[in-house]
Amino acid sequence: MTATMTEREVGRARRRKEDARLLTGRTLWTENVTLPGMLHLAILRSPVAHARITRIDVSAALLRDNVVTAFTGADVADVQGSLPCAWPVTEDIVLPAHPPLAVTEVRHAGEAVAAVVARDRASALDALEAIEVDYEPLPPVLDLEAALAEGAPLVHAESGTNKCYTWVFDSAAAGTGGDVAEASSAAEIVIRRRYVQQRLVPAFMEPRSVVVDPTGDQVTVWSATQIPHILRLMLALITGEPEHRIRVIAPDVGGGFGGKLQVLPEELIAYLAAQRVGKPVKYTESRSESMLSAHHGRDQIQDITLYARRDGTLTGIDVKLLANMGAYLGIVTPGVPLLGAFMYNAIYKVPAYRFECTGVFTTTTLTDAYRGAGRPEATYAIERAMDELAAEIGVDPLEIRRRNWIRHEEFPYTTVAGLTYDSGNYEAATDKATELFGYAELRAEQARRRAAGDPVQLGLGVSTYTEMCGLAPSRILGALRYGAGGWETASVRVLPTGKVELVTGSSPHGQGHETAWSQIVADQLGVAFEDIEVLHGDTRISHKGLDTYGSRSLTVGGIAIVQACQKVLAKARPIAAHLLECAPEDLEFTGGSFRVRGTPDAAKTVGECALAVFAAHNLPDGVEPSLDADATFDPQNFSFPHGTHLCAAEVDTETGAVRLRRYVAVDDVGRVVNPLIVEGQVHGGVVQGIAQALYEEAVYDADGNLLTGSFVDYTLPSAADVPEIVSDRTETPATSNPLGVKGVGEAGTIASTPAVVNAIVDALRPYGVTDVRMPCTPERVWQALREVAP
Amino acid sequence: MARISLTVDGVRYADDVPPRTLLVHYLREQLGKVGTVVGCDTSNCGACTVLMTDPDGHARGVKSCSVLAVQADGRTVTTVEGLAPAGDLHPVQRAFHEQHALQCGFCTPGMIMAAVDLLAEQPDPTEEQVRHGLEGNLCRCTGYQNIVRAVLAAAAAARGPAAVPEPAAVPAPAAPVEEPAREVAV
Repeated sequence: MTATMTEREVGRARRRKEDARLLTGRTLWTENVTLPGMLHLAILRSPVAHARITRIDVSAALLRDNVVTAFTGADVADVQGSLPCAWPVTEDIVLPAHPPLAVTEVRHAGEAVAAVVARDRASALDALEAIEVDYEPLPPVLDLEAALAEGAPLVHAESGTNKCYTWVFDSAAAGTGGDVAEASSAAEIVIRRRYVQQRLVPAFMEPRSVVVDPTGDQVTVWSATQIPHILRLMLALITGEPEHRIRVIAPDVGGGFGGKLQVLPEELIAYLAAQRVGKPVKYTESRSESMLSAHHGRDQIQDITLYARRDGTLTGIDVKLLANMGAYLGIVTPGVPLLGAFMYNAIYKVPAYRFECTGVFTTTTLTDAYRGAGRPEATYAIERAMDELAAEIGVDPLEIRRRNWIRHEEFPYTTVAGLTYDSGNYEAATDKATELFGYAELRAEQARRRAAGDPVQLGLGVSTYTEMCGLAPSRILGALRYGAGGWETASVRVLPTGKVELVTGSSPHGQGHETAWSQIVADQLGVAFEDIEVLHGDTRISHKGLDTYGSRSLTVGGIAIVQACQKVLAKARPIAAHLLECAPEDLEFTGGSFRVRGTPDAAKTVGECALAVFAAHNLPDGVEPSLDADATFDPQNFSFPHGTHLCAAEVDTETGAVRLRRYVAVDDVGRVVNPLIVEGQVHGGVVQGIAQALYEEAVYDADGNLLTGSFVDYTLPSAADVPEIVSDRTETPATSNPLGVKGVGEAGTIASTPAVVNAIVDALRPYGVTDVRMPCTPERVWQALREVAP
Repeated sequence: MARISLTVDGVRYADDVPPRTLLVHYLREQLGKVGTVVGCDTSNCGACTVLMTDPDGHARGVKSCSVLAVQADGRTVTTVEGLAPAGDLHPVQRAFHEQHALQCGFCTPGMIMAAVDLLAEQPDPTEEQVRHGLEGNLCRCTGYQNIVRAVLAAAAAARGPAAVPEPAAVPAPAAPVEEPAREVAV
């Protein structure tokens, strides 16, 4: 214990506790769960985008060796219920039924239509081939604008429209700013652009997997999910099983990035299958199934208009979005664009703002949260458009930002979108980034190469981002019609030997909670890092929580930990005073112990109090013999990390090839609990954003077939495809929480995409190129040059 | 059924397997070697990478989803579970830990085996060689930077303690928060 008596844990680059099992292959992935008598589930999926099911027959599958049962949507129509959408963003939103197994109609390629349960996985997969389905084709619906046209074929005929909703924010109506129409009529400069956010696949490395064991008093569900607590609640609501009879376990989970923030058709089908056979059932998707069925992200058309004065001062922003919902609504599908709605004004002082989003149904896999969820899209559009504004008035992209950003002495600052940014220092982050980057030198090199007519041009891309994360103040979620709150919970259990169990309601899948939470508890209670065990992801242990997404674990869950620890100390204080024969108010908690003021050698640790509590022989009257405490924290505000990312790209004007030469990320995530983990989050986030800029796109053909159905066609970058990231930080502590922390999980992804595309466009601007559509493949870059060629 | 005998992580096995059984499924389902995982269907991701001896006895990295179990007959296979004795770490595993080269850890077994294979071929690789050498292994969490650092650090460790670089660079905060240690308001 002595090490922690003198050294703070928070801020240390602790190596992770999680690593030991992950490095040696002792990890408990859901796919590794094996139970006595366990059977295997395979799912038949629609090969077409849109069709009526006119006949479906599983009888031949039932005759195959080792097959225990097979069933269709019609067989379970009365019990399968409908998958939930927890975010009906408007009163008149269209909320179509979403059966786990299609009954009469399929609406995207890959939709589940029948299931087989067999003794082993191979038998189940083989038996799928014996299922006969007749499909009567219906027209696919793929183009967002065409889908909204009069007479367009409908995804959900009973709704009479492909429009899901229209949601509007207007600063004049909200009282948070002026009228965009006035800004429009008075504008000296107007920048009007359309950007397309291509469809992406979250592409977590661990395929989704679920095991359902119906044999115990509780039905136990293991799932590779980000949201075990939400899943339990939803399973109860969908199936009618009482909530206390369901136990959900998220064991080790191999990445999520929002892609495992979902209640899956496959989870329900496995649940139904296990109920039918009365035995444990396992389902693990193949990667091809994952590409078809796991939700996708992004897929928006953004029309953004900036109004400005001749000197580049912004006077208004107008945004119109079309957001592709896909065929159904997932758990937060309609709300994803709303998470961006508050971010188009970004770090800038904007007098007037209007945002309008229309959600559109198409015959494609549903979209939902993917790393950043709404905020990367918003940040991309505004950061790209700010570069266009800079070019229009002939100033450097950094200068246009300086003229418009909120200065550090202006915090707290209430934006035109109605958010109050508690803290930030955009000047400091930008100064540090430009210095690390060598901005002036690279600009000089760019000028030389331009003058020399170098076929390989150099471009510099700027992205000065902020984002709202740490989801979320429950009252705000309520005002946005989200179906749940945004609190998080923690429990501290001090064991008789002074060791500590910390139960967290947030559910990690690679973020390093076990390490970071131990660091927080160690500092709070004066217990050694090694003496703390972090427990999570099993509703029998962690009965309550709202899980992990939206960069919320530390900024919400971490504060719950602090509060639970403080309750423990409050309970320990009278006990320590009793043992030290002094009054509780004579004690101070310092150096990891309660010490008598003026007599620092008279001290009791929390562990010593815990032993006294365990024996309970000698406690003050009326004191509960327990040092355990729970706390639930509901944030009053979001957290607002920010930073400046700079990218230097070399663009071959003859081939269209792009090479990222230098990438600098300076992020301000407030106080840092573990710099190694923060740096890792930045690296990974930045590379996912680079991947959107350069490599990734989920593509459907004109019939609605997913062309990018595997990792052969959906091109995740490898180590050879990405640059070294130079990352550094500034530290402006958040004032909205006692740790001073801000979220970091999504920041890199939000920041990096516009930095890269701005660099590419900057390289090509002398040729007349003003945009390249993502992903900026060599072909797209070459086409962009060809289109402007004289 | 086909009869195979092979050595996996130092233990000899003899089994009857359906001829279509992939090595990775044999390892996971018949031997319980669940440390080796399946991440895709197309041999792109490399999560299933193990070492297998070739006919000359040289251990090579293979993607065990692209090898039939019958092809491993008579060979020696090493998985991430057999790299180091229980309770110990192989230098590459240790470097991954020190350099924070893993987050969710799903790609890690394959990535480590690919790195071991790479270092056997190129004991002193450049950063460029590491990046290209690991091209067949996908990671979605780390952005690869710390994986590259870890492989370079493991290579340096093999050359001797003097060559080991500092652990992953951790920038110091620009303006550290002034706060007395361990003062907790109760």
